[in-house]
Parts: sequence; structure tokens; C-alpha cells
Amino acid sequence: MRYVLAALLLALFVLAWQGVASLESVDDLTLASPVETLDALRDDWSLLWDNARVTFVEVVLGLAISTLAGIASAVAMHLFRPLRDAAYPLLVASQAIPVVVLAPIFVLAFDYGIGPKLAIVALICFFPITVNLLDGLRSVEPELLKLMRSMGASRLRTLRSVELPASLPFLFSGLKVAATVSVIGAVFGEWAGADEGLGRLVLLGNNQLQTPRVYAGIVLLTLMAVALFALVVLAERLACPWNRKEQPV
Amino acid sequence: MQTEAEAPATEPLSFVDVTRRYRKVTALERIDLTVRQDEVLAVVGPSGCGKSTLLELVAGLQEPDSGTVSVAGASDAAGRRAQCAYMPQRDLLLPWRDALANAALALECEGVPRSEARRRAEPLFERFGLAEFESARPAELSGGMRQRVAFLRTLLPGRPILLLDEPFGGLDSITRFSMQQWLADALAQEPRTVLLVTHDVEEAVFLADRIAVLSPRPGRVVAEIPVELARPRDVTSPEFGALKRRVLEALSL
Repeated sequence: MRYVLAALLLALFVLAWQGVASLESVDDLTLASPVETLDALRDDWSLLWDNARVTFVEVVLGLAISTLAGIASAVAMHLFRPLRDAAYPLLVASQAIPVVVLAPIFVLAFDYGIGPKLAIVALICFFPITVNLLDGLRSVEPELLKLMRSMGASRLRTLRSVELPASLPFLFSGLKVAATVSVIGAVFGEWAGADEGLGRLVLLGNNQLQTPRVYAGIVLLTLMAVALFALVVLAERLACPWNRKEQPV
Repeated sequence: MQTEAEAPATEPLSFVDVTRRYRKVTALERIDLTVRQDEVLAVVGPSGCGKSTLLELVAGLQEPDSGTVSVAGASDAAGRRAQCAYMPQRDLLLPWRDALANAALALECEGVPRSEARRRAEPLFERFGLAEFESARPAELSGGMRQRVAFLRTLLPGRPILLLDEPFGGLDSITRFSMQQWLADALAQEPRTVLLVTHDVEEAVFLADRIAVLSPRPGRVVAEIPVELARPRDVTSPEFGALKRRVLEALSL
């Protein structure tokens, strides 16, 4: 039922889009209609697909880097209280950095290749992953920690058997946010300087007044983010079957 | 006083002049208590009288501000901890582990490899009325069954002193009564040294060999009442009722 409702709303949205785009007062150069966008998707498919693959690799690698770094940082900060106190403000600051401004500097530093894109995606995704996991590690009730202590558990045993499993759902919450913003990060990275990728294609399309191609690129970027989100939801269901409630999505 | 000072080393569990404060609040004041080998000592008292503090002191989770708590001769926290199996009020089963893995947890904490710990837990499931629920997750078990898994977890490492903190407090009254009978049977078959903390007077009279009554904060021992009733105990007998009354009278000091 909820899939039907979601499909209905989506259809309504596309219809409204088509309606607005068909209005005489709306310039074809600012808004391509769904039909024009579909045409562009079909006509430029191989171009769009090649560039989408480039962006996809940037996003997935960037996500992987930030996940590994986020897990390592959160665990280290959790185990060493002084480190958490010292590093938390920095962590918050990392999210407050205007990435758009930073991106060109990364390009200067790492050159045109995949490096700056990975750095930007990782920087954007690092915060939600680390903060959520950190909250998760701290979510274990004191009673349970007391019990572990009474049973003679070492610090690492408690981490492995209790704190990490308990924080898995939190980690996945962080990953869901990260998955959706990661694509935006890759686009910023490509805008700052790239010779391939969907973000660059969209930027070029904009400059060359190829509006339908721009919209086709946006649709693909959105689909990529939604697919990544769905993948995280699936992974969560597999990894935390005990945690299944009635989940939206 | 002199005889008391000599006695503790031989007792499995003793408090000598123990005081415990939290900032300005005195939780326990000048507690002297001993538990003998294979004796069940129930500690009853009003809420906030420091009952749980008493258990955590024995379990080596806290240190007294003055006085000595010793368990089988050990008076340092780590030494006490190694002797005690502590069971909190709630079962605290890990939702991601099945019943068998939950029961095996305490063994794993002692360094027993996971598969070996599971193998040692398995034969006990039948005796605990949990047969065929080995691979059930806690969410699939009833409250009484969860509590039995928690008991299994507590008992498996075979530590000599059993510390029970209102072990049936979270259960409905019917389940609680059947669990109390189950524990009484288990202790009759296999006696253990038990320190049981409860605010349920009937539970204390039903299970204990002796009852220590604590006063409201600061907790002091105001009465020690031996329970000399034959087992299995009949909660409806006049003797049972008379003892219950004695404990209640001691409580209302």
C-alpha cells in the first residue's frame, strides 16, 4: 500500500512538472519538461552513462573512505575520553566548512584526478557517520555496562560484544544521511575542476544551454542517491535483524 | 567485637563496619553482616535504603568509604568480583544474541572461546525449562523465560557467591511466584551462598534462611530474623504469616 501511495505522489509530481513546463510563460531554457528530459536520457544515454559511472565510483569510494575513517575515529574517541573532548569541536567544525569554497583548493592540492572528489565526498560524509556512531556507542545503558564489569569483561570485550552491536543501528542512520549527501559532494568536487563525471556534464550542459541534458543529469544524480540510500536500508536489515520495527521506506 | 574481627576470613561473605556515602548522602551506615556457606540471606528494606549499593559493594563494582567487605577472604574489588555472580533486576539480555549466546556471555567474558561457551551452556537449557528455545532471540521469549536465560548466564561460570538484585521485580505476579518456586527448588538441589536483595517481604520469607532488615536511608541493619520453616514452604501457613508479620514490624521502625 505504501508503495502505491509513493508511486501516486511521484506520478502527481511528474504531472505537475509537465504542466508547469508546458506553460507559455515558462522558458524552455530554464525548465525542461519530463518528456524532453526522457528524450535527452534516451538520445544522450551513452554519454550520460559513461559520466554517471565516473561519478558513481567517486561517490562509493568517498563513502567507503569516510565510513572507515568515521568508524575508526568514533571508536577511538569513545575509548579515550580526552580525545573525544579534544576532537569534538573539530568534528563539528569539519561539517561547518563551506565545501563549495574548499573544493577549488582541493583541486589545486590534489590535481584534476579523482583525489579531490574523494576528499570532498569523504569530508561531507564523515560527520554524520562519526557523530551517529559516537552517540550509538554511548547509548548502552549503565546497568548493562555494570553487568559486563561484574562478569569480568575487559574493555575490548565490552566494546566488541555490547557497544558495537548496540551502535549498529546508529551507524546505519549516519550512513543513510551520508549516502544522500555524498552525491552532492561529488558534484561539488567535479564543479571545481574535472574532465569527466555527471556533475561536470550538468555544468557544461548549463553553459551550453542544453537544458534537457541538464535535467537528465539531475535525474540520474537523484536516482543514484536514492539507490545508495536503499542499499543502506537493505544492509541495515541484513545486519540488524533484531532491530526491525515497522520501517518507513 | 573481638570474635567478630576474627570471624570474617572464614565466612564466604562478610561486611565489617561498612559505610558508603554518595557526596553528602549516606547510603549505608556501619553495616555488619555475614553470610554463611550455602546460606540464603535476604536483605529487605524500603526503596532507597541502599540495598543495591550493598550488592554492588560485594560484587566489587563499588568500594566502601570505610570498613571492609570481604568475599572468601578477598577484600579488594577485583578479588571480590571474581567470586561473585551478580544478577541485576532486569534481565539485560542482548537483543542481537539468541538465548544460547546470551547464556554463554558470562563465560565469554572470562575468556572462554565462543563455541566452547555455547557448548557448555547447551546442556543446561533443558533443566532450565528452555529446551528448544536455544536459538530464539530475547524478543521472542516470555518474561519468565528471559529471566531464566539471565539466571543461566549468571550461574554458568560457577562462581561461589550468588548476588540477586530483586531478580523477579520486573515480572507479573503469577510468573514471579512460579520463578520463586523454581529458584527454591534449584537451591534445594544445589545449595549456594546467596545474597538476595528484595523489597518483597513474602519473597524473602519464601526463599531465605535468614532475613536482614534495613532501615530507611541511611541504611542500617535493624533486625536479623532467622527463617526456620521447613521446605518446601507454604505461603498460606500460619507460621509463614507470623514470620512475614515480624519482618513487616521490623521494617516499620
